[in-house]
Amino acid sequence: MIDTLHPALLFILGAGLLWLLPLAGRRALILLVPAAAFVVITQLEPGSAWHYRMFGFDLALLRVDKLSKAFGYVFTINAFACFLFALHLKTRHEHSAALAYIGASLGAVFAGDLISLYLFWEVMAVTSTFLVLARNTERANGAAFRYVMVHIFGGLCLLAGILLQVQASGSVAFDGFDLRSLPTYLILLGFLVNAAAPPFSAWLSDAYPEATVTGGVIMTAYTTKTAVYTLIRGFAGWEILMVVGCVMAIYGIIYAILENDMRRILAYSIINQVGFMVCGIGIGTAMAISGVVAHAFCHIIYKALLWMSAGSVLYMTGKSKCTDLGGLYKTMPLTMIFGTIGALAISSFPGLSGYTSKPMIIEAGVHEGLYWVWLVLEIASAGVFLHAGIKFPYFVFFAKDNGLRPGEPPRHMLAAMALLAFFCLFLGVYPQPLYAVLPFEVDFHAYTFEHTLNQFQLLMFSALAFFLLLPLLKRTETISIDSDWFYRRGGRLFYGLADKALNGLNSWGDQLFIKRIPGLLARFFEEPGSNVQKHGLRLLAEAAGDESELRQQEERIEHRSRQGAYPVGTWVLLAVVFLTALAVLVIP
Amino acid sequence: MNEKKQEAKIVTDWFDHPRNLRRLRLGFYIVLGLLVVPDFFMHKHTLFYRVESWPGFYALFGFVSCVAIIVISKLLGYLLKRKEDYYD
Repeated sequence: MIDTLHPALLFILGAGLLWLLPLAGRRALILLVPAAAFVVITQLEPGSAWHYRMFGFDLALLRVDKLSKAFGYVFTINAFACFLFALHLKTRHEHSAALAYIGASLGAVFAGDLISLYLFWEVMAVTSTFLVLARNTERANGAAFRYVMVHIFGGLCLLAGILLQVQASGSVAFDGFDLRSLPTYLILLGFLVNAAAPPFSAWLSDAYPEATVTGGVIMTAYTTKTAVYTLIRGFAGWEILMVVGCVMAIYGIIYAILENDMRRILAYSIINQVGFMVCGIGIGTAMAISGVVAHAFCHIIYKALLWMSAGSVLYMTGKSKCTDLGGLYKTMPLTMIFGTIGALAISSFPGLSGYTSKPMIIEAGVHEGLYWVWLVLEIASAGVFLHAGIKFPYFVFFAKDNGLRPGEPPRHMLAAMALLAFFCLFLGVYPQPLYAVLPFEVDFHAYTFEHTLNQFQLLMFSALAFFLLLPLLKRTETISIDSDWFYRRGGRLFYGLADKALNGLNSWGDQLFIKRIPGLLARFFEEPGSNVQKHGLRLLAEAAGDESELRQQEERIEHRSRQGAYPVGTWVLLAVVFLTALAVLVIP
Repeated sequence: MNEKKQEAKIVTDWFDHPRNLRRLRLGFYIVLGLLVVPDFFMHKHTLFYRVESWPGFYALFGFVSCVAIIVISKLLGYLLKRKEDYYD
């Protein structure tokens, strides 16, 4: 029975059950669900199950192979650590949204066809939005709105692509796409929006740093890594992804260096790290794909650890800008140590998890003779150490002491960080269990003397550059313009234009049809008989060229009108004619 | 969110002392030197070009890359940076 139980079901049932339980029960539940799901995934047999029929197609909710299982493992391990970190929360809605969000991402990973994938994809977008909304500030609400709009756009691209693809091929299968045409490009675009590829990346650095302390930690793992999974499944070996990945890797670094907010630095470094993965997917060889899965696995863990240490700082100080922080090592030494372990792991420092996964991608590129890929990824590797490896811990925990004296965060937060720090160290020195769950056999030895020495040189001299150029890296109280400018400013511009154009038209119409024309008509019908006669006379006089008696005759007419000497019937007739004309004109 | 904000005791202020920082810097430079030394005594493999086998190639590569990244970021910063209330 357990070998065909769907792991996402546990999360989705948990999200519902949460509303019925008291606090202690909820705390047990959020830890039990990921643990149980992990056990369930270990027991899943390769194949597909949970078939159902929809729109005349046979669909499958549960496709099990090494690739989906590898992502299932890390999603559940990370979920356990994240919920341990968020154990202090007393509210129900945040945990419920998080459980549904993680459940939907597991559903997407195990979905065997495009329609099931799409359904989970949209549930992810909606549920994750609540993790931003839960912050309950005006900024967070704005960011959440933009976040969900961008994901609706991406989801619609995906849906359009899926519909066209199903129409063209008659199949809902979700395997590698060969055909390069509109449907597959639309699907690719939908995936890339969630993978945060520029120029569709701004939602990530906009929304994640506005999420709650715990929501930010949870969000880092799932949306982008589900996209990485779907890109592996559908687009392995598409060369364009090498270019996209290289752009992402460099883009993430440059923006992270410009950033002041510590969680935004980490958000940009997600884009940088996903860039390595997307590039590996573009390379597409067995080694590259295994490298991508290994890197996604390690990345989820050290990135959650980094967000936890940043989250702890935010939780204890209420501040997240580097210009407000500094010197925290004095009173938050454990948080500093865990954060630094995460920072060294992301920099692929020998001995930590990044070192046993990322070089696989670079080496796969070297095997294919891709010189420029090697060059860009090596530069990006040096750059990672710069922004996430040193900059984050340096400006938050060391640098200038801003006089903040917060204590360590609550014990469950420290325990969650310790757990993930342990994984970073463990996978760094003993990666064999990780290599065993990868989709393809791996023959990769990270720890040759030469490779390790090269890596140490690369990183330590990057550090030298950092400290020598420290004056250039001084933090400023600024934000940087990203591609969200187009819809943040563009949206306002569009609003302004629409306001001017439509409301202008509106007030012009109001002036003309409500004020002027009825006014004119009202004046005319005060004395319709004399007015018609006067106009008739004026016309005749102008036509004849003789205006000598016009004035006298007009006075006579006005006099008669004042006396009321016109027959009533005349202007009743005129009114009827007018109403008839109106009826003919207005009612076509 | 800040209900648990509390003043905590300073565990260490090791980095506040200039003497410690001087020692740290000296140690850092020694490590940098030691990392390049083995390159002179071992045969290094190359991936694409012979220049990779030069002693200290990766040291130089890391240093130059980072300087370039910092300088380019700084220049882009003049273009991209705005006040924090830019969107408000």
